[in-house]
Amino acid sequence: MAKLNMVKALNLALLEEMERDPDIVIIGEDVGVDGGVFRVTEGLHRRFGGRRVIDSPLAEAGIIGASVGMALYGLKPVSEIQFSGFAFQCFHQIENHAARYRQRSQGRFHCQMVMRMPYGGGVRALEHHSESEEQFYAHIPGLKMVIPSGPRTARGLLVAALRDPDPVVFFEHKGLYHASKEEVPDETEALPIGRAEIVQEGRGLTLIAYGAMLRVAVEVAETLQLEDGIGVEVLDLLTISPLDRETLTASVSKTGRAVIVHEAPRSFGPGAEIAASIAEGAFLRLEAPIRRVTAYDVPFPGFAREKGNVPDAARVLAAARETLAY
Amino acid sequence: MPRTLIEPQFPIERLSILDSEGNLDASLEPKLSPAELQRLYRGMLLGRRLDERMLRLQRQGRIGTFAPIKGQEASQIGSVCTLEERDWLVPSFREAASMLWRGWPIEKLLAFYAGRLEGGQPGPEQRDLPVTIPVATQLPHAVGIAYGIQYRDEDSVVMVYFGDGATSEGDFHEAANFAGVWHGPVIFLCQNNQWAISVPLKKQTNSRTIAQKAAAYGFPGIQVDGNDVLGVYAACREAVDRARAGDGPTLIECVTYRLAMHTTADDPTKYRAEEEVKAWEQKDPLTRFRAYLEGKQLYDASVEAQVDEEIARAVERFESTPAPDPLGMFDHAYAELPAHLAAQRAELAARLQESTQGDPADATAPASPPMRGQRTTTRLDGLIPDVGRA
Repeated sequence: MAKLNMVKALNLALLEEMERDPDIVIIGEDVGVDGGVFRVTEGLHRRFGGRRVIDSPLAEAGIIGASVGMALYGLKPVSEIQFSGFAFQCFHQIENHAARYRQRSQGRFHCQMVMRMPYGGGVRALEHHSESEEQFYAHIPGLKMVIPSGPRTARGLLVAALRDPDPVVFFEHKGLYHASKEEVPDETEALPIGRAEIVQEGRGLTLIAYGAMLRVAVEVAETLQLEDGIGVEVLDLLTISPLDRETLTASVSKTGRAVIVHEAPRSFGPGAEIAASIAEGAFLRLEAPIRRVTAYDVPFPGFAREKGNVPDAARVLAAARETLAY
Repeated sequence: MPRTLIEPQFPIERLSILDSEGNLDASLEPKLSPAELQRLYRGMLLGRRLDERMLRLQRQGRIGTFAPIKGQEASQIGSVCTLEERDWLVPSFREAASMLWRGWPIEKLLAFYAGRLEGGQPGPEQRDLPVTIPVATQLPHAVGIAYGIQYRDEDSVVMVYFGDGATSEGDFHEAANFAGVWHGPVIFLCQNNQWAISVPLKKQTNSRTIAQKAAAYGFPGIQVDGNDVLGVYAACREAVDRARAGDGPTLIECVTYRLAMHTTADDPTKYRAEEEVKAWEQKDPLTRFRAYLEGKQLYDASVEAQVDEEIARAVERFESTPAPDPLGMFDHAYAELPAHLAAQRAELAARLQESTQGDPADATAPASPPMRGQRTTTRLDGLIPDVGRA
């Protein structure tokens, strides 16, 4: 077992899968010689050469559009969009084509491709470098939408995404890249896409989070155990779409209470689908209204005001206590 | 520092071999066998006749909206005929003649325009993408396919079709730029048919030609009389050979004209003069090529009846195809059906079972109700979403 941060864990997943499968190519801005602005592809250009690790022109639609073509041809591109905030310039290629070729061609073609995008706030960055846009991708039929919460899940889910025959949008929280090191198994391990993990068990309340918000949820669970003596179940979603409704429903059926935490704005965000799924699957077990702790429904307010917007432990704790007291 | 002239890397040429008056530049005449020449005519004729038949089928409500190709047969057949089976065809939505040449069954195209997913399925070995509707978005796909060909050291090429309107889109620029940088085996085949729905070329671009845009990306561009099948053939032959030899992309601008409406939901009398259409009718690609064949004693009038018969049989096959199973909508959303979709599929299955009408044929009722007369049709068609823009 090696202890790796998330950047190294992602790099390891790319390295070992590229060793295994010569059809995998990497394409993006600065991903080659420079190793990516977050260094996720560091060393891969040297190892595999410029034909497999492609420094593309600066054009998001070109990157994803060409990746779609590569995938139709039979390659397995990993396309990096430098920041998720720039992906709207290729959104049409993702929605109109990557997600639809399997159906449009009735199975003759499909797009086995992974679209990696750094996302998320709290990193003192400018507009378009701090947003969370997972809801847009989670809404698209034909796509999968995955968000790891740390080095171990990043490595396991990226391996799984690279082997998945369907297109996967893979969000990496910028705040997690260097946040911590975790034990990562020596053997290549693919974590199942579409499966949430129960990070800790409890009976009083289910806290549902993903990405960087998982750490907030775990911190709140510790506080509630320590200060209120309440055991909280923490659920790491890992895959936003397809959503693991089974695990969600089972957990809330047991606890009767749910608080959902995400960085994306609230209205029509992932929390809405999660809450609806819980209501459909566990309505008679609910003891309290389902709560959402999210960013507010405002455009990114600049990092000087970000603290009030991105959910933190205090906000989640308050919501959890209100839900418990209901 | 002096001000100096930077010589263009690629001067822009214009090519015409057989003009609308029937004049032939024999020095440029491609060396095609009699059988090949007859096959070209047959391909153009099939495109034209199917177009006419589809217009009637649409007006009768037997298929939905489609984009007629009338007038562009030479641009399509002259180009597609230069491809080998191992090459890739990336169409937009007005390439019925090219698709037929590549072996798409007529009934499959009819199924596509009758709103059936099955109509978009290429054959298992066929290297043709299905119709792409959002304008210019297929161009980067062609460049990605070309990259794959380079990556695996294959000797295939990719031909991608688009219209004059598409050259205003960002995806055109991004695709051409990537292709230039990667030097891939891709032929950009622009059918400049002068109109993007109601917007004429002069409102689309201030460029003197579309061909010259290639120069900005570092590869050759050529303008060709798009109603001259010999000219289109010669330009494409050269571009395909160059791409196959590893010498990179080419942009070919076929100057042609959309003689019919943008789609069956469009009424072009609103925005263009009848005289303009009449003038282009004089340059009809079929008339010109037929006269050329007659001059060589190669025109066989029986081809007309053969083509009509082929279409009639295909229409019969199309109309006798059983109604598609509504549950088929779930078949190819993902490689494996995720749990939530399995549940939704079960919901629909149960609903179909319970339904008193229960007849899945409902789902394949005519895309628009049977109608008589063009005016009514046009008005009703306005309610049906349009299939594209250029």
